Amino acid sequence: MAVLRLKFTKNERDKLAQVLWILNWISVLTGILLFSLGLFLKVEINKRGELMAERDIQYVPNMLIAVGLIACAINFLGGKICYDCVDTNKFLRWKLIMLPYIICTFFFTFCVLVGALMCYSMRGELEESLNLGLTEAIRFYKDTDTPGRCFLKRTVDMLQMEFHCCGNNGYKDWFQIQWISNRYLDMSQKEVVDRLRSNVEGKYLMSGVPFSCCNLNSPRPCIQQHVTNNSAHFNYEHQTEALNLWMRGCREALLEYYTHIMQSIGLTVLLTWLFEVMDACLSVLTGVRYLQTSLENVLRQGDLNSESDGWLLENSFMETARTNLNIIKCLGKGNQIDTANNGDPNINVPSTSKAHYGPDNVPLKEIPEAS
Amino acid sequence: MVVMKMKFPFEKRVKLAQGLWLLSWCATVAGAFTFSLGCILKTELRRRAEVMDNSDVHVVPNTLMIVGLASLGINYFASKVCQDALDAGRFPRWKKMLKPYFAVSCFFTVLMLLAVIMSYAMKGSLESSLKVGLRNGIRFYKDTDTPGRCFQKQNIDRLQMEFQCCGNTDFKDWFEFQWISNRYLDFSSKEVKDRIKSNVDGRYLVDGVPFSCCNPSSPRPCIQSQLTNDSAHYNYEYQTEELNIYLRGCREALVNYYMGLMNTIGAGVLSVFLLQASVLVSLRFLQTAMEAVEGNENTEIETEGYLLEKSVKETVMEYINPVMKFLMLKNQVEEGTPGNPEIPTDVNVKPGLF
Repeated sequence: MAVLRLKFTKNERDKLAQVLWILNWISVLTGILLFSLGLFLKVEINKRGELMAERDIQYVPNMLIAVGLIACAINFLGGKICYDCVDTNKFLRWKLIMLPYIICTFFFTFCVLVGALMCYSMRGELEESLNLGLTEAIRFYKDTDTPGRCFLKRTVDMLQMEFHCCGNNGYKDWFQIQWISNRYLDMSQKEVVDRLRSNVEGKYLMSGVPFSCCNLNSPRPCIQQHVTNNSAHFNYEHQTEALNLWMRGCREALLEYYTHIMQSIGLTVLLTWLFEVMDACLSVLTGVRYLQTSLENVLRQGDLNSESDGWLLENSFMETARTNLNIIKCLGKGNQIDTANNGDPNINVPSTSKAHYGPDNVPLKEIPEAS
Repeated sequence: MVVMKMKFPFEKRVKLAQGLWLLSWCATVAGAFTFSLGCILKTELRRRAEVMDNSDVHVVPNTLMIVGLASLGINYFASKVCQDALDAGRFPRWKKMLKPYFAVSCFFTVLMLLAVIMSYAMKGSLESSLKVGLRNGIRFYKDTDTPGRCFQKQNIDRLQMEFQCCGNTDFKDWFEFQWISNRYLDFSSKEVKDRIKSNVDGRYLVDGVPFSCCNPSSPRPCIQSQLTNDSAHYNYEYQTEELNIYLRGCREALVNYYMGLMNTIGAGVLSVFLLQASVLVSLRFLQTAMEAVEGNENTEIETEGYLLEKSVKETVMEYINPVMKFLMLKNQVEEGTPGNPEIPTDVNVKPGLF
């Protein structure tokens, strides 16, 4: 008793093959979309690579790129199969890999879902990476003469100007590190020497920030030096002054930026996944399965232009499941064929080895195995 | 004397009509492209409208937009004409419209060429407009409390950071204007009072620049104040220091940017002009070739096509004469009247009056 048996004329078979071919090509396009989204995310992360500490965040864009490429490959192959299905001669070539192909598509659809979910899970790792990376960057801001770090000053300045942020958590981060190199400090001046001596580690700390922290929207010229000293500037109260410098920390700004990108990408990938599910499971699996079974039946009947039956499963669900389980069990037992426990009453498995019927040579009664 | 006579056998006519149809659709797309180029240029000019004194340079994008729209119509009409051209029954209905059509389309094609020339010629006007606009921008930088000028500071800061420039001609322009508002000056301080007294107009001038002039590529933290005073900063010589602040003036930066944009657009529009001109020339040949076919039983005869029936000068006069007559700039002298053309032959003079 087959599951969902349908009759297929030759025209209907051809039309089914064509529809599946078109669906597969649309899936190839979505595969390209996934690939490009992964590439975009990788480029964005590498752009600010200097500000991120070593953390395992590259796995998300790499996964998306891999999934996108596999999607293209699988769906291209599927398109080729469906194209060839119209011609029964070519169909014979693909007969054997059709079932594995269906299983691969199923598995791959699951990978797309995993990729979408990973986009949302990346946030914690990213925050940690940015925190460490920005702290390091601010610390090495002054080292413009050290090879490997000479462009860090420019990177941090451009970051603060572009993202409208200052420091790691806020502008006070700049008070805790020396961001003016000793090359530009006049060691003969008393003020400089006093400041250096008053610090435990001999660092020149000041309550000042670089120019890139200055807020464009401020009505007054930027106050960078003695930021916390109200008496140093006329008509100035640093507690209430909100427009002088950027108040937001760069970690928060970058995190928001990347979260926004990843949420958009995650949403797109989820939508792609939904489309793939509808496309792969309902259409391709069903359609390809029908195509496969109807073409097999055509070949069995011998007449290429006749009607044939197509079905999802040859026998009912339970029977098919039992058969497959037995096949797996047989594989596990190796070459031994247990004729005494020939459990399945439906499949006629002829025993090829010598039957051990006992001294009377009378075949034993079949005992249905409790599985 | 016919200009550019060419023989057209039937196959050649057919090929001409087909090629013209394709060409006119390409030219329609090119017309839309010209319109969009005009829109882009106008948007870019309007973005920096606060630092431009006058909008004379806007004539270039305006012309491009008008020409783009006109060429859409012209080329659509051309495609319709050449579709009917090979059908001797349907072609005559276009005959009456073709003469004014050619006049109008030649006008717009010439206008397109003019737009290209103007885009190169407008440099001087743009530069003087920017000079005045930037000067005002710097002058009103401090007036963040005056309505109508409160965003001047923001605009100038953004401009300097985006175009990596400082001041009008260079950074020294900031030394000539008071860019720190009196609201933030402590008038009880001796230093401030001295500085204001030393200036003729009572302005607080400093040899310093705003933070937006700072160059992020500099290896040392930005030096904004006391720029010309070498002793105020350790290990600093302002004559040789190139990386501290942007040395380029904003006028030069903006002119370069806009001229680059207009040159690119000019090159594009020039190719559109060539396409358009070829459409018109082909249509003219098709029209004249088809006119000879008209009236003949056999539509597959070989005909001659030409560009202009008379010489260039005569054709131009033919078109301009009606315009001149309309404006009454010419004496109404009929051709072929004997005698002195200066004495008007007035047939309405009643005999017997004199």
